Amino acid sequence: MREARTPGTWQTAAAILRKDLLLELRGLDTLPAMILFALVTFVIFHFGLNQATIAGQEAAGVLTVTLLFAAMLGINRLFVAEREQGGFDAYLLAPVDRSALLIAKAAALFLFLVVLEVIAVPAFALLLLGPSLGPPLLGLIAILALGDLALAVIGTLVSAIAVQTRARDLVGPIIGLPLLLPALIALARGAGPLLAVHGSGTPPGRWVAILALYDVVFALLSYAVFDFLLED
Amino acid sequence: MTTYGRGLRGLSLATVVVITGALALVFFYAPLDANQGFIQKIFYIHVPLAITALCGFVFGGVLAVIHLRTGDRKWDIRSYVAIHMALIFGIGTLLTGTIWAKASWGHWWVWSDPTLTSFLIVMLLFATYQPLRFSIEDPERQSRYASVFAIVAGAFVPLNFLAVRLAQAYVHPRVLTLTGGNLPGPMRLTFLISLIGVALLYTTLWKYEMAAKATRMQVRALRRTLLGEDSVSPLKRSAAPS
Amino acid sequence: MSVFAIAPALPLHAAGKYVAGAYIVFLALVLIYVAIMASRLARTERDLAELQRDVLAQRQSAADDPHRTGREREPVA
Repeated sequence: MREARTPGTWQTAAAILRKDLLLELRGLDTLPAMILFALVTFVIFHFGLNQATIAGQEAAGVLTVTLLFAAMLGINRLFVAEREQGGFDAYLLAPVDRSALLIAKAAALFLFLVVLEVIAVPAFALLLLGPSLGPPLLGLIAILALGDLALAVIGTLVSAIAVQTRARDLVGPIIGLPLLLPALIALARGAGPLLAVHGSGTPPGRWVAILALYDVVFALLSYAVFDFLLED
Repeated sequence: MTTYGRGLRGLSLATVVVITGALALVFFYAPLDANQGFIQKIFYIHVPLAITALCGFVFGGVLAVIHLRTGDRKWDIRSYVAIHMALIFGIGTLLTGTIWAKASWGHWWVWSDPTLTSFLIVMLLFATYQPLRFSIEDPERQSRYASVFAIVAGAFVPLNFLAVRLAQAYVHPRVLTLTGGNLPGPMRLTFLISLIGVALLYTTLWKYEMAAKATRMQVRALRRTLLGEDSVSPLKRSAAPS
Repeated sequence: MSVFAIAPALPLHAAGKYVAGAYIVFLALVLIYVAIMASRLARTERDLAELQRDVLAQRQSAADDPHRTGREREPVA
């Protein structure tokens, strides 16, 4: 009897990730929407705040909120294809580790957020930010990466829950936003000193620690419960 | 088949005795606080409500874990009732908290108190539990997804408080609680009795609610047995299996 | 044994209202719950009465034609 070789978790996740990225590249619906949304939001903030430039904690708050709402667009779309085209059933039939779907989707969302930020953060510096982005750049990248991880993990979990409900566009945000609050607080407060007029180059350690702790705990938790969401 | 009504009378009597005792202690025994005066008496109802609500949420998460591990639906109903009760106690916490804030500081809400902020975030999260549940029609999937949510949200509670506490760069002191654990003896006793009383109340109400739900399900099951499947009308909004 | 405040933050008559308000909130929550349970209990009682009625009605109609064999009955319009 020939022993069937089933793909390992990482291989499965990589395959699904590749599929999602290809779909996005060909379709180009989610990512441009997220980017446009962020840019328009910056303009709205400019008029809403009625200031020439913003800096410090205010700037960090505006950036965090904009990234959050753009991320929500991506989160709402994350599992829609699987839901509508029977991808879940096909996945359940395949002899693969179910958590691979979680890893793949979270990685996809993370990558989307990174691409979003590559465009949106320079736009933010151009349109709204007073101080230069040069000195704090590395620190900003670090804290944004941790924040993106939180958004990706929680976003995937919440999206998987919401896609099976009746009011899927509503349920995702209302569950996700409170869950994300500690991470968002940490992100905004951590980025504040970076964006200040004579800002430091490194984000305050306390907020980085909170964000890292949050990421680890929720990544493990999501991994533990994800199987139960996929059962038929 | 668990009967939740068993022991309920004894439990409720114990609750009455302890809560009455606690109220007596609060108003006749506990000394007046040097800073806040009579206002501080709210502490004895506000903090036990808060602690019980938070423990109730975590309790709901634990019950949800058991549900997912055993697959027995009764644990999911227990989890649902635990969270439901904790939400009610949480509303009581927020209401008494704002009254205390108004009396102490003249504002109905203060952002500078990390505990109150953490609590608000937790309440916002658990307020989504019922909308989530009732937006899933398939009963089996509903109970499974609700349990997943209860576990994640239950884990979130201690994390949230830890994070907000760690982040205490706040300049203001913790205005709505007494400093650290330096409660003088009589106050500590009063607080402890109040806490036990509110915890007993939570347990009593939990059992009470479970008994009511179980009874309703039994009546439906009886009707189904005696008169056939068709005579039972489907439930609309319900966490019960059928 | 007891320590009395030297200068309470709010004068007693003003403070009393807030404290009373807080405890009244607590009492109201518990009583509202009692009221909700009361209506649930009434509904359960009604459901049981209805069940009793329906079972009796079914038994009655079964008893009304005890000598029917397996012969096909005309369906009543």
